Amino acid sequence: MSKANLLDRRAVVGSLLADRKNAIAVGGLGASTYDIAAAGDHDRNFYLWGAMGGAVMIGLGIALAQPELPVVVITGDGEMLMGMGSLATVGLQKPGNLTIVVLDNEVYGETGGQASHTAATVDLVGVASSCGIADARPLSTMAEIEAFAQAMQDVRSGPRFVSVKIDSANLERVLSSRDGQYTVTRIRGALGFGPI
Amino acid sequence: MHARTDAPSETASSWPEDIFSILQRFEVRQVPYVPDAGHSQLIERVLGASSMRAVPLTTEEEGVALLAGAWAGGQRGVLLMQSSGVGNCVNMLSLTQIFRFPFLTLVTMRGEWGEFNPWQVPMGSSTQAVFELSGIKVLRASHPGEVREVVEAAAGQAYNACTPTAVLLSQRLIGAKVFTK
Repeated sequence: MSKANLLDRRAVVGSLLADRKNAIAVGGLGASTYDIAAAGDHDRNFYLWGAMGGAVMIGLGIALAQPELPVVVITGDGEMLMGMGSLATVGLQKPGNLTIVVLDNEVYGETGGQASHTAATVDLVGVASSCGIADARPLSTMAEIEAFAQAMQDVRSGPRFVSVKIDSANLERVLSSRDGQYTVTRIRGALGFGPI
Repeated sequence: MHARTDAPSETASSWPEDIFSILQRFEVRQVPYVPDAGHSQLIERVLGASSMRAVPLTTEEEGVALLAGAWAGGQRGVLLMQSSGVGNCVNMLSLTQIFRFPFLTLVTMRGEWGEFNPWQVPMGSSTQAVFELSGIKVLRASHPGEVREVVEAAAGQAYNACTPTAVLLSQRLIGAKVFTK
């Protein structure tokens, strides 16, 4: 059941990646990976089908290795809650090219819609801010999303963290490749790195 | 002369230097760590190295994910942790099989060789088995003189053959932690 004033996750991710240029996109376990796939397969997409809680750290590893490229981690509230300590690690490293987007539907949609902590108590923007990520804010309109898509191209002014409250409706799954070696080899190839 | 030529006090400063020079030679760039007394000298060297990025973690599993990202971005890394942290990594170690990336971790052992603190013993006792169940090759160094060749072999098979490898640095090498009031 749709609530008023909540954004559509596919529209949000589609807008964030519409003019991505050289950006690398990391999708957290679950619906976020489907959203990135729905926006269009790309050789710089890093799809996660497991490793819950690891999306931000994978993004940090890429961001530190490629400081001139925008890196955007797009994940859900449940995945972010499991890796909340990684926000402290990012806050310490302060990579200017890293952006973290949490699509917050306040439920664990992949497992039956159980309520997540953000439905009742946890303010992830506050957590990110407290961890030293100075540019941390909620986004609530598509106009804000479009403006943010431009801002995340700036590789000097991050790290940034945004939380977007989205509709909790389960959408049709858009399945990306599940082959991790393929995914990583493809990204490495796009960056000019060959196999061993 | 005392029979124990491996007493930590005699050679404590040389083997971390051996490790540091191997990491430099293999062009290791990202060094995530959870602090441990046994790694303190190496961590200091990494923090002072312009070619390396030291990344303090809140929990060890973050480091496994970081190294997967580093590899996707074209860099090598090494995870420094204590044996108690290995248990924190278990699910994230899946990434070493999923991505077949060059995973190397150097683990200082607790819970063995004159351990004072019983709370270290359960995880220290299962560290090697946990790695092996997770598909990670395990090498061990117990004496200062063998650290160089063991870490060199581990780095070689990890970085050249993408064979995920852990080196256990024995408590016998590091010296049991002394608790005084």
